[in-house]
Amino acid sequence: MVAVRSWGRLSAEDHDLRVLSERPLTHLPRDPGQHGLAFGMGRSYGDVCLNPGGALWSMRGLDRFIAWDEATGELTCEGGMLLRDIQRSFAPRGWMLPVTPGTQLATVGGAIANDVHGKNHHVHGSFGDHVQELRLLRTDGTLIRCGPQLHPDWFAATVGGLGLTGVVTQATLRLRPVPSAWLDTETLPYGSLNEFFALADASEAGWEHTVSWIDCLSGGDPGRTRGIFLRANAAPDAPPGAQPPRDHQRTVPFAPPVSLVNRLSLRPFNAAYYHLNRRRAGRALQHYEPFSYPLDNLQEWNRIYGRRGFYQYQCVVPRPHGPDAVAALLHQITASGQGSFLGVLKTFGNRESVGLLSFPQPGVTLALDFPNLGERTLRLFEQLDAVVAEAGGRLYPAKDARMPRALFEAGYPRLAQFLPYRDPNIRSAMSLRLMGD
Amino acid sequence: MQDTLNQSKTVVIVGATSLIAQHCARQWLAVGGIGRMVLVGRDAARLQGVADDLQVRQPQARVEVLAGDVTQAASIAALVQRLAAQGVPDVVLIAHGSLPDQPQCQTDLASAEEAMAVNGLSPALCAEAFAGLMQPLGRGTIGIIGSVAGDRGRKSNYVYGAAKGLVERYAEGLQHRLAGTGVQVVLVKPGPTDTPMTAHLKARGAKLASVEQVAQAVVRGMARGTPVVYAPAKWALIMAVIRNLPRVVFHKMDI
Repeated sequence: MVAVRSWGRLSAEDHDLRVLSERPLTHLPRDPGQHGLAFGMGRSYGDVCLNPGGALWSMRGLDRFIAWDEATGELTCEGGMLLRDIQRSFAPRGWMLPVTPGTQLATVGGAIANDVHGKNHHVHGSFGDHVQELRLLRTDGTLIRCGPQLHPDWFAATVGGLGLTGVVTQATLRLRPVPSAWLDTETLPYGSLNEFFALADASEAGWEHTVSWIDCLSGGDPGRTRGIFLRANAAPDAPPGAQPPRDHQRTVPFAPPVSLVNRLSLRPFNAAYYHLNRRRAGRALQHYEPFSYPLDNLQEWNRIYGRRGFYQYQCVVPRPHGPDAVAALLHQITASGQGSFLGVLKTFGNRESVGLLSFPQPGVTLALDFPNLGERTLRLFEQLDAVVAEAGGRLYPAKDARMPRALFEAGYPRLAQFLPYRDPNIRSAMSLRLMGD
Repeated sequence: MQDTLNQSKTVVIVGATSLIAQHCARQWLAVGGIGRMVLVGRDAARLQGVADDLQVRQPQARVEVLAGDVTQAASIAALVQRLAAQGVPDVVLIAHGSLPDQPQCQTDLASAEEAMAVNGLSPALCAEAFAGLMQPLGRGTIGIIGSVAGDRGRKSNYVYGAAKGLVERYAEGLQHRLAGTGVQVVLVKPGPTDTPMTAHLKARGAKLASVEQVAQAVVRGMARGTPVVYAPAKWALIMAVIRNLPRVVFHKMDI
């Protein structure tokens, strides 16, 4: 048994870790009566990737490319393939993944299971929109091939299906041709929520990537909520003489006894961050790695939240309620004095996701990390939940460790349609919490 | 070295389905400059899976597979001749091996015999065969994956350790023979590495070096022609201590 933590480091519980390396994979190893769950990089924040006391199937050994078709841009690879390996192999040849999350240190299987999204949702949707076909291995040994045309019901259950329908052993993804690995970026400071929404609306048509950092302690008054809006398009050429950034890995060496993100550090950091970026306002050429994955070179950055770990709270609320709901959420957060350096506010495009339990939906999404202060933090979340429920929104399971079942059921109305596709021998701490099994 | 810039460079990997070998291949292809890569091993289908992966990573290189038995002297000689027919490789990595079950080797001599053949005799004979090709040309690099287990016999895995010790002595002799010829022999000694071979150790919670890290040490050591490479480097220090422990102390240790 090995103690496994997810990215939020809220718990370290024993798992029966089984490394999958057989090819072709024909069965999922587990003891009789034991439940299993696929595990990739453990980048999910809460309990969606954990299965305490049960088997955890490590997918990282299954990281091979299988086929590549230059004519169609279709890439077939194993489920444990890292998004980073795809990006680094193909970006120099003019192809990239159309959609990635804010880290490229995630596996293809994990990206499918959580139907991850990126900064370009309004153009390219979520990860599942680019999966042509996948192979799902069930614990009874059956292998199901599915895709948008082939067994679309299985496909819709598995994309965003939180790993509960089986194990994604391989997938065929459609990559996107890009003119270069560089981005033409623009940085725009904003000083109110209205300004943010005006920028978001104005950028949707002409900009492929849009995202904003938000000062989570500036939300006492929506008229003074400040942040930094970033937008970018693929640049036609690399800047003359430019080289891709070198790997410059640093590691946070240990988890301090208390969080380094606290009342003392938060306000000055956010102020400094805002003013620093305000001075950088304007256009710049940037390589895709630092723009899209700013934290990937700081290994184990999750340790800065201390030994008790941290939560992330990410919600989406429908656009009509967006401005009011976001103002209310920020008001509660500012009043509580909790929050993090990494507040993200962005709009999703007007498109529905493929998966029955996919998170992205048309609207506004707010994501914030919170050091785990126990009861205080959980009380704040209850207040935030009330705002999200009222606005008809939902929380992101990939980030969640504590949402109440009622909020999950209200936010994911297609849950009943999903349940028949579950593999009876697969479960996670999250499925126990939110589905009772 | 210098010839890394030569587009027509040929790399041969024996035991190419091993995880360390696969990651070495990925790193070589990522750097570029390799025209042809031949993957040698027992199982053609498994080799083809590795070849497909590498071919997607680097479409400009020609990735081929060659299946054969590398545990019998005659078949090693035949395989190496077939390879030589298409030109003498510039770089050879000998990477195959298997971690035997020590208690089983103690009760079942056939297991012990097989473990020593696969991990000791076979890599040594492969190195000999390739050295014979390269010496007349006066160029080439042979990398052999040994193990820190070869540094001192320990009760927990001395059958494997003895085989790897044989590899070390063999490599040392080859280095002596080829000194000054332009052919380089590099012995890499990984510590416990996170591979399917050590999955049971990982499941018990052991801290293992990542396979990427070890592969990087192999590729870098072979480029520089470093005679002996510990991967990661800290194992040089750990093994220096273990090798030099007085017997009375060593025998009290449960390692």
